[in-house]
Amino acid sequence: MTELGTLHAPLQVEFDYTRSLGPTLSGFMTGLKRRQILGGVLSDGTVAVPPPEYDGTTFAPITELRPVADVGVVQSWAWVPEPVAGQPLDKPFAFAQIVLDGADKALLHAVAVDSAADIQTGMRVRAVWADEPVGAITDIRWFEAEGDSPATTPGPEGDAIEGIISPVKLAYDYAASPEESKFFRGLADGKLIGQRCPVCEKVYVPPRGACPVDGVPTTDEVEVADHGTITTFCIVNVPFTGQQIPIPYVSAYVLLDGADIAFLHLILGIDAADVRMGLRVKAVWKPRDEWGTTIANISHFEPTGEPDADYETYKVHL
Amino acid sequence: MSHKLAAVIGVGQTHHRAKRGDVSMAGLLREAIDRAMTDAQVTFNDIDAIVIGKAPDLFEGVMMPELYLAEALGAPGKPLLRVHTAGSVGGSTAIVAASLVEAGIHERVLTVAFEKQSESNAMWALSVPVPFIMPVHAGAGGYFAPHVRSYIRRSGAPTHIGAIVAAKDRQNALKNPYAHLQNPDTTVESVLASQMLWDPIRYDETCPSSDGAIALVIASEDAVAKSDIKNPAWIHGTQMRSEPTTAAERDQVNPQAGRDASAALWKQAGIKSPIDEIDCAEIYVPFSWFEPMWLENLGFAEPGDGWKLTEAGETRIEGKIPVNMSGGVLSSNPIGASGMLRFGEAALQVMGEAGEHQVEGAKKALGHAYGGGSQFFAMWVVGADKPSH
Amino acid sequence: MTRDVAIVGFSQRQMKEFDGSPTCVELLVPIFQELWEQTGWTKTDIGFWCSGSSDYLAGRAFSFVSAVDAIGALPPVMESHVEMDAAWALYEAWVKIQTGLVDSALVYGFGKSSAGVLRRVLSLQMDPYTVTPLWADAVSLAAIQARAGLESGAFDESQMADVVARSMTDAASNDSAIRKGATTADDVLAQPLYADPLRRWDCAPVSDGASAMIITAADAPGFDKLKGNKAWITGFEHRVEPGALNSRDLKVSESTKSAGAAAGVDGVDLAELHAPFSHQELILKDALGLGDDVRINPSGGALTANPMFTAGLNRIGEAARQVWAGDSQRALAHATSGPALQQNLVLTMEARA
Repeated sequence: MTELGTLHAPLQVEFDYTRSLGPTLSGFMTGLKRRQILGGVLSDGTVAVPPPEYDGTTFAPITELRPVADVGVVQSWAWVPEPVAGQPLDKPFAFAQIVLDGADKALLHAVAVDSAADIQTGMRVRAVWADEPVGAITDIRWFEAEGDSPATTPGPEGDAIEGIISPVKLAYDYAASPEESKFFRGLADGKLIGQRCPVCEKVYVPPRGACPVDGVPTTDEVEVADHGTITTFCIVNVPFTGQQIPIPYVSAYVLLDGADIAFLHLILGIDAADVRMGLRVKAVWKPRDEWGTTIANISHFEPTGEPDADYETYKVHL
Repeated sequence: MSHKLAAVIGVGQTHHRAKRGDVSMAGLLREAIDRAMTDAQVTFNDIDAIVIGKAPDLFEGVMMPELYLAEALGAPGKPLLRVHTAGSVGGSTAIVAASLVEAGIHERVLTVAFEKQSESNAMWALSVPVPFIMPVHAGAGGYFAPHVRSYIRRSGAPTHIGAIVAAKDRQNALKNPYAHLQNPDTTVESVLASQMLWDPIRYDETCPSSDGAIALVIASEDAVAKSDIKNPAWIHGTQMRSEPTTAAERDQVNPQAGRDASAALWKQAGIKSPIDEIDCAEIYVPFSWFEPMWLENLGFAEPGDGWKLTEAGETRIEGKIPVNMSGGVLSSNPIGASGMLRFGEAALQVMGEAGEHQVEGAKKALGHAYGGGSQFFAMWVVGADKPSH
Repeated sequence: MTRDVAIVGFSQRQMKEFDGSPTCVELLVPIFQELWEQTGWTKTDIGFWCSGSSDYLAGRAFSFVSAVDAIGALPPVMESHVEMDAAWALYEAWVKIQTGLVDSALVYGFGKSSAGVLRRVLSLQMDPYTVTPLWADAVSLAAIQARAGLESGAFDESQMADVVARSMTDAASNDSAIRKGATTADDVLAQPLYADPLRRWDCAPVSDGASAMIITAADAPGFDKLKGNKAWITGFEHRVEPGALNSRDLKVSESTKSAGAAAGVDGVDLAELHAPFSHQELILKDALGLGDDVRINPSGGALTANPMFTAGLNRIGEAARQVWAGDSQRALAHATSGPALQQNLVLTMEARA
């Protein structure tokens, strides 16, 4: 039997994190905003850049910050042949540990050189600053060979930087399980395909890679009805980011006829205040030309007009 | 078999706030750690291992943050474990730390749990849209509200019970200087008048989003004997149970995992009648209705009767089974720390160090946490005296 | 006095790309099935369950939650999870057995590295204020470490090539290996540099996978009905180093050294070392003081397949298999976590008559 592969779709995980800094990092970032690099004085008297918040030996807070130069020496380095998104350069470059003049412990940063042949340990490099520093490590765009240009003069002292914004954007390839893929493909044909667990014989919709009771994949396909009973529900009245449904709306567990587990969907076609446990509902499908391999093919559920189901018939599903 | 006694000898927590803009993540942790170590009269040199817990890494956008936090945790050169069991994580983390001592492996273990929720937005992190699925339930409140409705239907509880819990916990929070919410005007009436967010859950019946941390120092019997600590909280029992998020006919109101865990816990701690033998309880109640639900799940009341204890005022500080004397999760919710806060507050009670929210003469206390879709449970009993059985 | 605990079952899957859900529940089901067949046990013989995985690898919060389904966790189970390689989950389970509260445990790990860009995702393990904003990727950090070792003379390029060649050659007979085949050091050195000073073969292939292991105390109720051989745990230790890379001497592995010393490495005849980069094997071997008579990574090691969050447990499982087969009397297994060998675990085990 030839099997279709599983369904895949891109998944974006994206957020701009707002980070408060505390005293040590605040000092460091405030320095960067005026194009000055500060190191932290460690318990053994050495100076580390960036200043750690806590000493690696005594674990005490680092409280003394000391200016160091924005030029220094490459201590070790790595070639980055295929930069990934967000790195300081979008063409091949080197990451290096750089011991700045006046510091003892190296700063990790990028060095812009054309090829791996253009960098070596011991090379002197100078920071290239952003035109408008904001108080972040990226205010140093990268380092480059020291050359003859004069040292950077720090700007005037400004307000303390107390926070930074760190965008984290990750892209993933999301895959559904084989069992879920069957379900989603069934939806593209207007069908609700569940599967029965071969051990407990319960019908799962969507089917499962592992029956949560027996730990075996659900197997026998069972097409279930597109109507059923509301077991329980919630009236959503809270606005949130990315919300697509106008509030108030009802999200409900619907126990489809023929299934042994309820699934969550949207209830419309009835005043939210009139929705009740035991209400009989049916799927309202979107126009066929809008169908995809998604549960969203069902726009919502609405009342069938049948009498409510008796509590006894669904109470074990609460 | 080498089960050794262990006790909490130090508790430290941060002031919990919506945003602790004055500290970094490391600074937040250290505020709790430094207080716990001072309380325990120890330094990092006395600590053998560190166990840290927090909820999903997406909350702070740092993958396994304990790696970068090693120095702040005083961990270099020592064993460091990172636990993650959803909302129950604070409890599970404390249990893992206790087990390191109970196994006879270490003398003193530092355990810490934290969340800096203001770095992102929990509702976002929990709702990253999954392809092919239509998100309809809108965050944790939307997830739990239908099950609260089921509880009300099943128990026949009057609809104002949730408001009684919320008002009580907010009033208790006024006695706890570390609590996030400090709203002196919260009453049953004001809770009932607050906006219905996820019907049947009102705004004032939900937990806040907090930055916060808590740390405990757990020590062996020998280490306690060698210390000047006269009022340790002896650990009488720890239990964890898990079950699937969804399963055909799974009881989502009174989950079996919680029932099994508590039954095992009472047995382990030699407790026959929890309501008579437990002096007070810190129970994970992020939405007010979970107080009566968990009272039943934990065996303090028969199924369907938990709300009667709440309604009768028996869960107030002066009641028969005081619940969430600290203000609970309803008053402070740094998610990853919330479970350990319950465990730590239970310890403070039997140590006699709970300050204004102290239950007079508390000798045995429960700390409880749950997580996921009411499927992960962690709990412990601590006592002022060594276990006698 | 520790309680005698043996490794009695191990099963794994490793692959380049797993075509399934990020929770890998579909991978775990057949793995657990194999464990029941290996041991003759069923899930009711298991007292404690513990897993290791990462939300950032999966790209979603609470990714470990659905994996619990593979257990069939009704009736409920005593269960825990670490956001670490499953080798540390094994440690948690071993500790739980030491408390006497439980007698046996099943430990599992899973990870689908191929869902994202692994070396970029791992940038999120760095200091979020001063390093992650540069997206310092895992390969670059390992390359900086390699150069520190090379330029100090701690090791040289030909030693790294020997590690690669031996690993790929040994992996030829390992069905689970991804990059394998008879290879000489000259073959390796003929490859172009990639992340100078590293060649692609110096870096573990991006891998997906899952694995699971059963351990039990000798006095567990079901011990006598166990099928198969046992590998008895004789030492189990782990340590972490500072997060700040500039406060560590990257040429050495202090945490491996102290974990090894605490676990006791004397007399081991075989070591499975979790070295995702060739030079790291050299650092680890040195830290553990392993002589040339100790066989290293007969499985091919992480250089031939490195499913994140299970690869450490796999080292323990591969070592146990050697002990079960009678090919090792006393074996060492090692797991690592974090950038440039920040956190390390050492387990020793032995055969007993």
